Amino acid sequence: MKREILSVISCRDLNAGVYELVLSGASDMRAGQFVELSVPGFYLRRPISVADCADGVLTLLVKEAGEGTKKLRTVKSGDTVDALTDLGNGFDTNAEKPLLVGGGIGCAPLYKLAKDFAAAGVRATAVLGFRNAAEVYYAEEFSRFCDVVIATDDGSAGVRGNAVSAAEGIDFDRFYACGPQVMLRAAAQKLRHGQVSLEARMGCGFGACMGCSIKTTKGYARVCKEGPVFEAEEVVW
Amino acid sequence: MVKDLSVSFLGYTMKNPVVPASGTFGFGWEFAGIYDINILGSMSLKGTTAEARYGNPLPRIAECTAGLINAIGLQNPGVRAVIDEEIPRLDKVYRGKVIANVGGHSVDEYVSTAAAFDACDKVFAVELNISCPNVKGGGMAFGTDEKIAKELVYAVKKQLKKPLIVKLSPNVTSVTDMAKAVCDGGADAVSLINTLVGMRIDLRTRKPVISVRTGGFSGPAVFPVALRMVNDVARAVDVPVMGIGGVSSARDVIEMMMAGAAAVQVGAANLVDPYACKKIVEELPEVMDELGIASLAQIIGAANA
Repeated sequence: MKREILSVISCRDLNAGVYELVLSGASDMRAGQFVELSVPGFYLRRPISVADCADGVLTLLVKEAGEGTKKLRTVKSGDTVDALTDLGNGFDTNAEKPLLVGGGIGCAPLYKLAKDFAAAGVRATAVLGFRNAAEVYYAEEFSRFCDVVIATDDGSAGVRGNAVSAAEGIDFDRFYACGPQVMLRAAAQKLRHGQVSLEARMGCGFGACMGCSIKTTKGYARVCKEGPVFEAEEVVW
Repeated sequence: MVKDLSVSFLGYTMKNPVVPASGTFGFGWEFAGIYDINILGSMSLKGTTAEARYGNPLPRIAECTAGLINAIGLQNPGVRAVIDEEIPRLDKVYRGKVIANVGGHSVDEYVSTAAAFDACDKVFAVELNISCPNVKGGGMAFGTDEKIAKELVYAVKKQLKKPLIVKLSPNVTSVTDMAKAVCDGGADAVSLINTLVGMRIDLRTRKPVISVRTGGFSGPAVFPVALRMVNDVARAVDVPVMGIGGVSSARDVIEMMMAGAAAVQVGAANLVDPYACKKIVEELPEVMDELGIASLAQIIGAANA
């Protein structure tokens, strides 16, 4: 964990609910790690997954989920953001035919994972699930680094269905999933071997408060410290 | 001006009055990777029970204006694991002695857990948590009835050689009467305040944010309430008082001490800034300079003179 004051390079809307925040001055982080951002006027920091991080430039894809992330959306180029960085464990890359399964804002941390696989010469397939066409984001960006299948609940873009059902029939040796809890549980049951990145309301984000503890087959684990990425088979759903 | 930050609490000399509060600092050793924790006055370890506890379902945390609500529910690995695993790990990175915070559901559980820590060299005092709002049939149930609290303190104190601090709940009609009751039971010191029972509702789902509906509210918002209660108690009892509640800066520490606190715990601030205690310790000399304070020990209860 590090505390870093980051500078805003840009903040732009991707759609009605999701925005892309690009910051400079960040340490290197692995795919699946997260940062905790301080938002002026709010007490707790906001945990946001790393969508990309290279050469000190950190990209976050943020869903406006409440008042804090609404305020964060108003930052302008040149503003500074007080951040705790290098939090959590991150995904492994132990796959030859990786399948990335994202749901909604859960697609965000899979972007850097897709890039990392591509850089290692491994072609991944990403199945990205959204509620409808209006909520799709980053499909083109993903397609630069991996094969992309878009799924929407209402069929308004890509195939109709959720990301897990849309993944049926795809050849893979290990999956990496991030999204709503019900999606991750379905992924763990149907796709079996792989990793899931969990979300939780956190207090601190660095292991001090036990606010985000879950049960695993290896005992209790903090989403922020031992996670957020867990072996799918080890999570007690 | 030479400044003396040291204070003595229950015969233990602390290099400064800054003590991370139970539940906001784990068992200490993980913070050693963030900064040199030997700069701290001491620390109050995560609340410990006889057996391991998972605690409450998620969500356990809710955001508030100038604070947060938590309902962890005393998650801890149990007293044996704390003494055999956590404290030895802490001992490798922290030279000072610590406060063991003890929770429970019955008199027997409190007594046995406190007695186990009594035999632990790393511990200089036991802090009895009779004020946790987040466990059913225990915790705060002991801390909101004067007669029950006094009997519990008496039963625990009888088995201890080490000093006993009793951590008080603000969720009572008179915190002063409660402080007097636990002192009658044999408490060597009191610490206050634990969290205030609070609640938030998610406007979209129309359901409580916290899984168990309510939790303990803490953070800068509670500081004036805590300060008043510390002052009430310090004026009413003869034992030393450890001030807790919303402390976030060196100025807050000094204000708590002027209200009557002999040492000060820092809680919620650690969760939003892992360096909070370090920053407070480093800022103290500067603020003392500004206020013409040569020795922190000399300002304890200054507001009551």
